[in-house]
Amino acid sequence: MKDVTLPEIPPELQGSVGVFSLDQVYAWARQRSLWPILFGLACCAFEMIAAAASRFDLARFGMEIMRPSPRQADLLIVSGTVTKKMAPQLVRIYNQMAEPKYVVAMGACAISGGPFKEGYNVVSGVDKLIPVDVYIPGCPPRPEALIHALLALHERIGHEPIRKMRAFSAEPDPGIPVPALGPDLILNPDAHMRVLEERIAEMNKEAQA
Amino acid sequence: MKSHELMQEIFPVLQQRFPNLTLESNGLHVAKRQLVDVARYLRDELGFNYLSSVTAVDYPQRGVIDVVYHFYRISGGPELVLHVEVNRNAPVVPSLTPEFGSANFQEREVWDMFGVKFEGHPDLRRLLMWEGFAGFPLRKDWHEAYYEEEHKPYSSRFPKGGQPVMAEERTPLRDNIRLPEGWLAQDFSYDEADLALYQRMLSANRDPNKPLKTDEMILNLGPHHPSTHGVLRLAVRLDGETVQHLEPVFGYLHRNHEKIGERNTWMQNIPYTDRLDYINGMTNNLAYVIAMEKLLGWEVPERAEYIRVIMAEFMRIVNHLVATGFFGNDVGIYMTASLYGLEERELILDLFEAASGARMMFNYMRPGGVAADLPEGWIERALALVEDRLPRKIEMMQTMLTENEIVKARSVGVGVLSPQEAISLGCSGPVLRASGVPYDIRRAEPYSIYDRFDFDVAVRYGGDAYDRIRVRFDEMWQSLRILKQALRSIPAGPIQAKKLTPLLKLPAGEAYGRIEAPKGELGFYLVSDGSANPYRYHIRATSLINLGALSQLTRLAKIADVVVILASIDLTMGEVDR
Repeated sequence: MKDVTLPEIPPELQGSVGVFSLDQVYAWARQRSLWPILFGLACCAFEMIAAAASRFDLARFGMEIMRPSPRQADLLIVSGTVTKKMAPQLVRIYNQMAEPKYVVAMGACAISGGPFKEGYNVVSGVDKLIPVDVYIPGCPPRPEALIHALLALHERIGHEPIRKMRAFSAEPDPGIPVPALGPDLILNPDAHMRVLEERIAEMNKEAQA
Repeated sequence: MKSHELMQEIFPVLQQRFPNLTLESNGLHVAKRQLVDVARYLRDELGFNYLSSVTAVDYPQRGVIDVVYHFYRISGGPELVLHVEVNRNAPVVPSLTPEFGSANFQEREVWDMFGVKFEGHPDLRRLLMWEGFAGFPLRKDWHEAYYEEEHKPYSSRFPKGGQPVMAEERTPLRDNIRLPEGWLAQDFSYDEADLALYQRMLSANRDPNKPLKTDEMILNLGPHHPSTHGVLRLAVRLDGETVQHLEPVFGYLHRNHEKIGERNTWMQNIPYTDRLDYINGMTNNLAYVIAMEKLLGWEVPERAEYIRVIMAEFMRIVNHLVATGFFGNDVGIYMTASLYGLEERELILDLFEAASGARMMFNYMRPGGVAADLPEGWIERALALVEDRLPRKIEMMQTMLTENEIVKARSVGVGVLSPQEAISLGCSGPVLRASGVPYDIRRAEPYSIYDRFDFDVAVRYGGDAYDRIRVRFDEMWQSLRILKQALRSIPAGPIQAKKLTPLLKLPAGEAYGRIEAPKGELGFYLVSDGSANPYRYHIRATSLINLGALSQLTRLAKIADVVVILASIDLTMGEVDR
């Protein structure tokens, strides 16, 4: 964020009036009202629940209410192993979330596949499917680690200038292509089909020539 | 009585009726055309009415797939093992699903993983993978995209002079994806994955004589739904508000435990078991090491046995606190009850953390003992919890939940399971005992040192969702009784019998070790060829088989009751899908 010179406050008003840039006020408000989606995948989901429960108490950071509907949420905590069978649903949920939206990859599985990386039904990290803002290592990470990651996310949101936000750009967000389940996971079925159609067209041309 | 003694006793009786039957070191071998008759005879004449586990082992050298059945008597005692060997190239076995409901999901799993066709199965679809997936993953000659070598430790993890290579860099698509050669996306219909499911949904449980013609609706709950306790999908066919047919769909958390487990060494599998039923790490560890000890024939030192029992009973309290708390969540008292449960869970997790070093993934049990001794002052802390705090809190939760008007209105008489159905469907743990069957493996086939403690098997007779919750509270009180006895009488001494090595070799043979886990019977079926890696590593998942009762329980129930019935079964998706 650019440093702006803010006007000086007259001495008689100091202590009761503050001057901030719009960016700062907007970011301050947004930082403290994240709405996580109620979306648990595997073991890490239980540590997420523990983080929301009494001892660790996420409510201190203004985000204890988790929304089951993606339309009402702006933070996706990917808490666990993303499998190939779950990949289409995960991308759909991400596409349905309201901008500006953030993703936290919680735990080794969400980062890279973790201990199950070599499995035939396991996606090697959620960042193969959707963009990730914060990674939390651990298997599973402790609730304190989750809270630390969320504070890191707060800081990141605090540095987002209002003008560059994706949510306010004129062009609509195209969304992420939803993977499909074929003989294995097909990450981008439309592109897959396009490439094939082009190739077939080329082959046709060659055959006609 | 040991399993082989039982089979030697039964064998002459069976042989009179079925002369082709043979008794080998790993169990009874039966020809596939006689399988249904033998199973029926075992159930009706000899009392083996509880089909616990169905699985298969692939032997490519001999060209056979061995389908393995484990039968028990509901009155107690060791297992009776049936083997059916079939040709690997065209494996067909008659289905036991019409006789034993518990075979339903397990036979589908064997079809999914090994490609064994079960003749007469009403609904033979893939269970964990999707329709259209290429290959049968648990066959020994099927290789995943990141395949390196048959067995760990892989040589690439310790390259001679050089950097390790990322798994992605070794695959052609730079990802964990392998498409068959010559496969064309244009020829493929992406709807295939769900088509078979919807065909089943539309045809099952249809009443041709329905007096009034009404439109029916198919509704999908999940896989992302707040009440499914994880990534479970329930496809429901509704007539108005009434459920006509319900079909659970899973595999959304299928993490390939068994395939990875067969590449791992025996010792490497212990931390993986923690991640099965991730609420109950300790009991998962325990079931696996008990199965390993059956093969090894090791004795466990006295102190280690006590520590195991203490950990397992604390784990049971943790599970039941979570199960009953989140049941409250699903009947409509929102988070209150589960927050009370989670508060006590944290205190027990503190004890586990002090002993093992981890909150959830303990990796604590070892064959022949436990990984570490209890730290100083642990017993006193545990006793303070067991004698003072937990009884107060459990009593408070019990009053709050079981005498609550809302809970009663939502759960009394909802989802009734008769004892006959419960046994036939292979239900175990609180689900079975709430239907009036006093079957607890701690009493039916005592393991560890449970025969020394004074406790009752908690039973309730209603069979409805309300009793399934009440029986969990009863069990917590019994666990507290065991804990008090064990904590007061734990002896000093060593905690590990043998010196363990990372490449521990198990003698060739096979074993089925099972315990009474908080959710029910958790079993590990292990086949060893004498090396440091399992030849077959199968998990008899409690939650999966208890979930088999859901379709039956929700038939003609109201849609709003489906989440209540589901919550009363208490499942963890990590264990259902594995």
